[in-house]
Amino acid sequence: MIEIKNLHKSYKMGSNSLHVLKGINFSVGDGELVAIMGSSGSGKSTLLNILGMLDVLDEGSYTLDGVPIKNLNETKAAQYRNKFLGFVFQSFNLINYKSAMENVALPLYYQKVGRKERQEKALKYLEQVGLREWADHLPSELSGGQKQRVAIARAMAAEPKVLLADEPTGALDSKTSYEVMDLIQKINDAGNTILIVTHEPDIADMCKRIVHLKDGVIVEDKKVTQVRASQYV
Amino acid sequence: MFSRDNWKEIFKTIQKNKLRTFLSGFTVSLGILIFVVLFGMGNGLVNTFNEFFGDDATNVLYIFPGRTTIPYKGYKSNRVIEFENSDLEDIEKNLAMFVEYTTPRITRSGLVKYKNESNNYTSRAVGPAHQYAEKTIMMKGRYLNEEDMRNKTKYVVIGRLVEKDLFQGEDAIGKYIDISGSAFMVVGVFQDDGGDNEERLIYMPYTTRQLIEKNTDKINQIIVGFKPEIGYAGAMALDRSLERFFKEKKYISPEDQNGIFIRNVADQLKQNQQFARVLQLIVGLVAFGTIIAGIIGISNIMVFVVKERTKELGVRKALGATPKSVISSILLESVFITTISGFVGMMIGVAVLGSLGEKLKDYFITNPYIDMVMAVSATLVLILFGAIAGYIPAKRAADIKPIEALRDE
Repeated sequence: MIEIKNLHKSYKMGSNSLHVLKGINFSVGDGELVAIMGSSGSGKSTLLNILGMLDVLDEGSYTLDGVPIKNLNETKAAQYRNKFLGFVFQSFNLINYKSAMENVALPLYYQKVGRKERQEKALKYLEQVGLREWADHLPSELSGGQKQRVAIARAMAAEPKVLLADEPTGALDSKTSYEVMDLIQKINDAGNTILIVTHEPDIADMCKRIVHLKDGVIVEDKKVTQVRASQYV
Repeated sequence: MFSRDNWKEIFKTIQKNKLRTFLSGFTVSLGILIFVVLFGMGNGLVNTFNEFFGDDATNVLYIFPGRTTIPYKGYKSNRVIEFENSDLEDIEKNLAMFVEYTTPRITRSGLVKYKNESNNYTSRAVGPAHQYAEKTIMMKGRYLNEEDMRNKTKYVVIGRLVEKDLFQGEDAIGKYIDISGSAFMVVGVFQDDGGDNEERLIYMPYTTRQLIEKNTDKINQIIVGFKPEIGYAGAMALDRSLERFFKEKKYISPEDQNGIFIRNVADQLKQNQQFARVLQLIVGLVAFGTIIAGIIGISNIMVFVVKERTKELGVRKALGATPKSVISSILLESVFITTISGFVGMMIGVAVLGSLGEKLKDYFITNPYIDMVMAVSATLVLILFGAIAGYIPAKRAADIKPIEALRDE
């Protein structure tokens, strides 16, 4: 599904540049649930942003579902993001003046799906995250956990190949975190490929594979026995 | 780009962002409103101007006799110059190629009576052509004619307000009025655009007046109507010829500035029109400034709007919004708001001008109006510049990497 070879990325900070990713080789298969761990500054978010085509790589190659991702202009990148990827952010990034349902329907709008169908799909995905009754509520009327579930529903609505989550539980308390992780595990059980960036070991343990990043290189890549979040809920 | 879905999205955004919508809409409305009202007021000023100077014919010269100040050809200075009937004939004979008509004017005032009503009125003893010089409009009856001049009839034509005040609603035609002791029959009633005072005048044949005044042939002043086709230059030439002619005929020194006076309406008109044009130019400049201020206002708001939406745009891009769709949604939104509010402002402005009408006449503004083409094009200019001003920040926002937009707090 994801194939990365010799990935380098640096940021220019005035006159000196900061080498963030120093040759990453990494691949993810279909239906995997991968946690990318590392301390702050290890480059884990940068890696995720590059995987998400929100940022561009300096060197190396990136293939997503057999499609080489390089030299993309913004329009092409937007189309690929829309087609291949779903995003979940730490700060939810819901559009505050749109209801839960409209937020979920937004990626479908950019896929040029008809209005009726958009609403039906949006409601279906809200149902899956257990927020059907909250469809008409604005994000400001939802709790943090609910917001993240709406964000997950939005990410899933476009039926992406890969779901990318950047610290999805970073802004939530542990009980809500487990609820969100339970949801993510269920989505993974249904066969979706998911990548999660986190620095919380208990969250990482709920994935099937943990990749440790340190100073821009992968120091550890291991399969783990998944801890089910449902037992904490 | 213009699908129903896009518009739904835009309406939704407008609806949910009332402050932003209000700010940009208000700026545009206000800009157009002020522009329309100012421009209309400017036109109102010009209207007043034209009304002041437009009530008389413009192809007319007025000749007044004066007093000499320089001794000449054996005559002492301080001699009173007088015109007589032969002067009229001389003008028509000698300057025939310029002159369309001439008429004398002898102005007197006195008590005028009808039954129990009486009042002081100014009477003008004139020739038939005076109607053209003064642009007198007949309401009923007829004006004085050549027959009246020849027969020295005791007929008068009275102003609308004379009839109203003296006859108290009665029809004046065919009735006799007493002017300083003589009875005159009213043959016509007129109105005049020159205002109330002009409508309190009484016109009678100049020959009749001369008969009453001991059969004299003296006249107060001469009005010469020239052929319009001789133009401004021709009018100035006629002006000089008349001066030369009368100075010679009346033995006035060519250097004497006070022997006779000629008032050239064409010359005055030209100056007045220039003044009116300058006025309009100034008002136009102020109005133009308002439009510029409006454009700057809407540009500022667009920059603010895009800045405020940076993060939202980042989210949208992460969800698959292309740069083109980002730009077009911002632009359509801004064009939609500016169009609606621009036309609302324009309509309010036009309505304000319409309701003003004659109310500001005391401040020299008559019937302020704005040409619809002008109003609509000003509105379109504002909309266009609003769009251009919106495009630049929208383009920049669309070009920001989504990751940077998402980091924006």
